[in-house]
Amino acid sequence: MYLLEVRDLTKHFGGIRAIEEVRFRAREGSITSVIGPNGAGKTTLFNCLTGITRPTKGVVSFLNNEITGIKPDKAVKLGISRTFQNIRLFREMSVLENVMVSQHCRTRSGLLSAIIKNKAFKNEEQAIREKALEYLELVGLENYSDTVSGNLPYGSQKRLEIARAVATEPRLILLDEPTAGMNPQETAEMMGLIRKLRELGKTVILIEHDMKVVMGISENIVVLDHGVKIAEGTPEEIKRNPLVIEAYLGKEH
Amino acid sequence: MAESGIQNSKFKIQDSKPGKIHSPFFIALWLSLLFLPFKGIKAASILFVSLLLLLFIFRAFSGYAKILMDKLNAMRESIIERFKAVYAGSEASGMIAYSLLFVFLFAIPFFAKDYFIDVLILAGIYIILAQGLNIVVGFAGLLNLGFVAFYAIGAYSYALLNTKLGIGFWPALPLSLALVTLSGFVLAVPALRLKGDYLAIVTLGFGEIVRLVFNNWDSLTKGPNGIGGIEPPHLFEMHVSRLSHYYYFILFFVVLTVFIIRRVKASRIGRAWLAIREDEIAAASIGINTISYKLYAFAFGAFWAGLAGVLFAAKMQFVSPESFTFMESVLILCMVILGGLGSIPGIILGSVILVMLPEMLREVQLYRMIALGSGLVLLMIFRPQGIFGGKSVSSGG
Repeated sequence: MYLLEVRDLTKHFGGIRAIEEVRFRAREGSITSVIGPNGAGKTTLFNCLTGITRPTKGVVSFLNNEITGIKPDKAVKLGISRTFQNIRLFREMSVLENVMVSQHCRTRSGLLSAIIKNKAFKNEEQAIREKALEYLELVGLENYSDTVSGNLPYGSQKRLEIARAVATEPRLILLDEPTAGMNPQETAEMMGLIRKLRELGKTVILIEHDMKVVMGISENIVVLDHGVKIAEGTPEEIKRNPLVIEAYLGKEH
Repeated sequence: MAESGIQNSKFKIQDSKPGKIHSPFFIALWLSLLFLPFKGIKAASILFVSLLLLLFIFRAFSGYAKILMDKLNAMRESIIERFKAVYAGSEASGMIAYSLLFVFLFAIPFFAKDYFIDVLILAGIYIILAQGLNIVVGFAGLLNLGFVAFYAIGAYSYALLNTKLGIGFWPALPLSLALVTLSGFVLAVPALRLKGDYLAIVTLGFGEIVRLVFNNWDSLTKGPNGIGGIEPPHLFEMHVSRLSHYYYFILFFVVLTVFIIRRVKASRIGRAWLAIREDEIAAASIGINTISYKLYAFAFGAFWAGLAGVLFAAKMQFVSPESFTFMESVLILCMVILGGLGSIPGIILGSVILVMLPEMLREVQLYRMIALGSGLVLLMIFRPQGIFGGKSVSSGG
């Protein structure tokens, strides 16, 4: 079963064609990588999928429902969540609070119950806290729950962002360059974490530059160049694809 | 403490080449220029030279000064830590401190002079106002320069409901609050399409429009003459008329305000506001409907301004447009920034300081506003995150 289906997705910024008629599908429970040189339109693709930007043309469907141009918070509610290339944590909130606030759309206490602190509110707060700690444990940050998130080291911030994305209880997680700027050991840990996400039943789509990561964990790879999909296939197929080699290394003369 | 790294760097005065805003030269020049219109060129230059000397001496001993500063800072930190422990109310000692505080607050009218009680009542009204603005600016990160409009609408609602329709305080209170909250929504719907500075300008305009409407709608509001003869509140057939009664009356509402806002801050609603303040795109990407939550912040903030307005009208028994000028908005914003954006206890302190200080400085009539103003500027240079270390103003979003 395909969880996400993208058909002829196009986004123009004025005269710039950021992505042009991109189509691909992601099977439930799979790991898909989107690769391509800088400026290929990978992040724009993610923005269109999560409702941050509205596509010019094309269709995005999730669980067989069309969701093109959906608002970001609605997308999260349906089960799509994401991380960002340049980390966007709530920097002055604690690590725990970052993950707690993520459960916003799965909880519903209103103003009144917050003021009188009724039983339902207390139970919900308790559940939010416990779940947040679970998600922190998943990414290995359970000992830093009271740290101000902006003070975490870079690699931990990346992992916290993943915990925050997972806390929205998504079916599809989009990771924008999860291993960028990491050393080999951190990268290996991150690969382990991504595999763990799949074990939890999440479908993962990631943008990645590190070929070791891409070839190591993805089942399906989508290659973009100048906004156009130039290839799609398994790691073995992509490795041998002349168009991909050309896009990355240039033409042989 | 996580912030201490940042704080210490703010206290460095060593690197003071001319051109840096912290340099002794500029501080001395600026302070003496402030006094120039009042005391003439001679006094100003004397002030400049002596300040410069003082600051250079201070620099020469900057090693000692730094130790002193660090000590002061550590002291402040420990006081805040203790205060926070109390404030969290988690320990038995916290409860004892709370009770002591309440007993003290309760006992004030028994020994204080009427004048002092009057100032405290005013401070109480401003605490409610500043807490309301804090929801908008401190929690949700939306700069509102026309907050006084909601204060005015609250005050005028009660004044008109009471004098025109003869509705008493208690039935008029929810009516006025509903009206103010509604006006918060009305302003927020168009304004929230804008961001940052643009939003600030629109809210500023709104504040002025509201004041001008009250000023010019003679048939309803009697224009600049104001509305007098407003009924004071009554409690179980007893009119709240003596100053000490008012004091308890306001104290009740202040406690209620702080209690409710604290609880809302600690709920998913409060967390959503903070997330929007920190990063709006990220907040939307984890499923927060940013538009509605900004709307709630505006309306909820307006609610408290309305409450303060009703209390003000009931206390003064008179309202006129001149109580609701742009300067009022600025003053409330100053209280929030002085106390520390987003910090509830900080803002209580900020409001009390900004109401009490001008009163205490009455001895030096002419200079009190200068002293207050320069104090605020110095605070922003050396401690931009406010007394209680909320969010830094310079990094505000």
